[in-house]
Amino acid sequence: MSETLDTWERLRRLTRARIGLGRAGDGLPTKALLDFQMAHAAARDAVHGAADFDAIAADLAPREVIRLTSATPDRPTYLRRPDLGRRLAEGEVEKLPAGPFDVVFVVADGLSAAAVDANAAATLEATARRLADLSIGPVVLARQARVALGDVVGAAMNASVVAILIGERPGLTAADSLGAYLTFRPVPGRKDSERNCLSNIHAHGQSPEEAGHKLAWLIREALRLKLTGVDLKEAAPKFAIEDGGAKRIGG
Amino acid sequence: MRSRRFKTVHAGETHVFTGLAELLACSSPRRSGDELAGIAAASDTRRVAARMALADLPLKCFLEDVVVPYDIDEVTRLIVDTHDEAAFAPVSSMTVGEFREWLLSDAADGPALARLAPGLTPEMVAAGSKLCRNGDLVAIAAKARVVTGFRSTIGLPGRLAARLQPNHPTDDPAAIAAATLDGLLFGMGDAVIGINPATDNVESCVSLLTMLDDIRTRFDIPTQSCVLAHVTTSIAAIEKRAPLDLVFQSIAGTEAANAGFGVTLSILKEAQEAALSLKRGTVGSNVMYFETGQGAALSADAHHGVDQQTVEARAYAVARAFSPLLVNTVVGFIGPEYLYDAKEITRAGLEDHFCGKLLGVPMGVDVCYTNHAEADQDDMDVLALLLANAGVNFLIAVPGADDIMLNYQSLSHHDIVRLRHLLGLKPAPEFEAWLGRMGLLDAAGRLPALPPDPGSARRLLAIGGAA
Repeated sequence: MSETLDTWERLRRLTRARIGLGRAGDGLPTKALLDFQMAHAAARDAVHGAADFDAIAADLAPREVIRLTSATPDRPTYLRRPDLGRRLAEGEVEKLPAGPFDVVFVVADGLSAAAVDANAAATLEATARRLADLSIGPVVLARQARVALGDVVGAAMNASVVAILIGERPGLTAADSLGAYLTFRPVPGRKDSERNCLSNIHAHGQSPEEAGHKLAWLIREALRLKLTGVDLKEAAPKFAIEDGGAKRIGG
Repeated sequence: MRSRRFKTVHAGETHVFTGLAELLACSSPRRSGDELAGIAAASDTRRVAARMALADLPLKCFLEDVVVPYDIDEVTRLIVDTHDEAAFAPVSSMTVGEFREWLLSDAADGPALARLAPGLTPEMVAAGSKLCRNGDLVAIAAKARVVTGFRSTIGLPGRLAARLQPNHPTDDPAAIAAATLDGLLFGMGDAVIGINPATDNVESCVSLLTMLDDIRTRFDIPTQSCVLAHVTTSIAAIEKRAPLDLVFQSIAGTEAANAGFGVTLSILKEAQEAALSLKRGTVGSNVMYFETGQGAALSADAHHGVDQQTVEARAYAVARAFSPLLVNTVVGFIGPEYLYDAKEITRAGLEDHFCGKLLGVPMGVDVCYTNHAEADQDDMDVLALLLANAGVNFLIAVPGADDIMLNYQSLSHHDIVRLRHLLGLKPAPEFEAWLGRMGLLDAAGRLPALPPDPGSARRLLAIGGAA
């Protein structure tokens, strides 16, 4: 059977799919069983962990940061009630300066604390460095937040463009993937089709530096064309724009 | 439309429910989607009080009153206009509570349920399901058989088919071929070899269809392939003479939700006729494949105040109008804001299968969850075991249970093999014979870890080299 084993070895190099795992009776071999459990555990820890906003604020220094919480009191509610994650908690809006600003960045935990911890500060700096001539507002660090919370923040701060960097729903292959959503003239009620999305920002996807390059380009285009969304075309990989979970293709 | 009022008095407390939709919503087992919609029962006692009122409701009330208005919804019109009065006759004088008891009785055997199906509406079966415990849902569904065919026959007693789902994030042909091979060696793919494409355009749909058809014809595999693109993409692929077996579409239970998917009943009809014109089936001519899932209508803001389980059952009325080969609920895919945890996912999977089967739909299930739901592979083991006992037509399997394209977890190829061996279930008969010819089955018809004829496995492995 060594010929067969060699073939599996070769096929496994073609894909990250869990092929050629072997069998223990009708079950999985123990190593494959535990590898899967470890990947799922990392994904769950990313969903249920708390983003380390102290560390992110330190990484972003000397940029000013403002910390906010959505109307969601805790993680279980966040998962059940996406509508609350799109609104600010009582009184939070008063922490925000009235602007106006060309660009406001919001770092949001979303569905992966690990993604924000690993990639948010680097992606933000890589983007902002390329936009040094623009007026950039204080960075908002938002807990229990969904993508559309950026509309509320951006509107309050009179931002021309709001860029929200948010933890994506973890898969088994990457638990720390960051997504970036750009919205021109943010106001509550903006549709997903009015945003541009850059996703898959992590060590094995697109690097924070690469993402920063694309985001800066998109932000300048958004300001020039005065729009974001389906009419602003970019070369970045397309991905589901829903924050609640990927839409199944075909519908 | 008049709104009837329903009332239950229990322990000195009066519970009032206004309209069928509220009665059904309050009767539904607790789930996050109905709470998100603000239509769930506010307490457990109110939930049971609703069930008590529902149990006394005559079944024929569902023919006199509708949950989504006839004038604004083509799914309601389909349900009302195609209702078979004669088929309904045996249960026409029953209440919902009596209907549940009849379903559990020996009188409701397979042939009786098959005759009854055209007489039942989605709202009737949804109501019945709300009075059933999980065990009832398994036992009743196990009696209802819906058999369909294309190149293989799906849904026969003693059989469990599987969709082989070799998805890849960039539709890489070599990677898809490798995952397909992995599944074939486990005896997967008798329901369909079906790819969710990363890119929904006509060219990539045609090239994936061509690739799958090459594999199928090269090894003379008695099954069908499908690229789960939008229905309009499939129609365009047919016009380009692609080797298309099945037309796929995601569907839901209201006209507005279907509009969110970019489909109408007339587009689905057009697609069915286009696929039928190809005459590619050998043992049958069921050419449609539909996926559904509780919460789809709510997520499109198109649920009309109807609970997600009832709306889901209405999607099966859409499905059955097009004589599909395969229908499955993607039960845990939609996320925790609709089905929060394993208890809710398990319940929904059993409800969907039950409702589909009673309506005469060839029901399968994608036993699955996302990483932000409170569920794991242990829970999928339980739901898969329940559904296999309930006679589910097919389940979905991906290599190692990990879909690297859609980023969720389903069942692994191993899990289907285990269910077949544990419960004595066989693949579709044509496919079983093929597995035998390939030397993958032992004398008892089981699929052992080491193929009895390693030469066949080597020949299949060559698929990987050719891709």
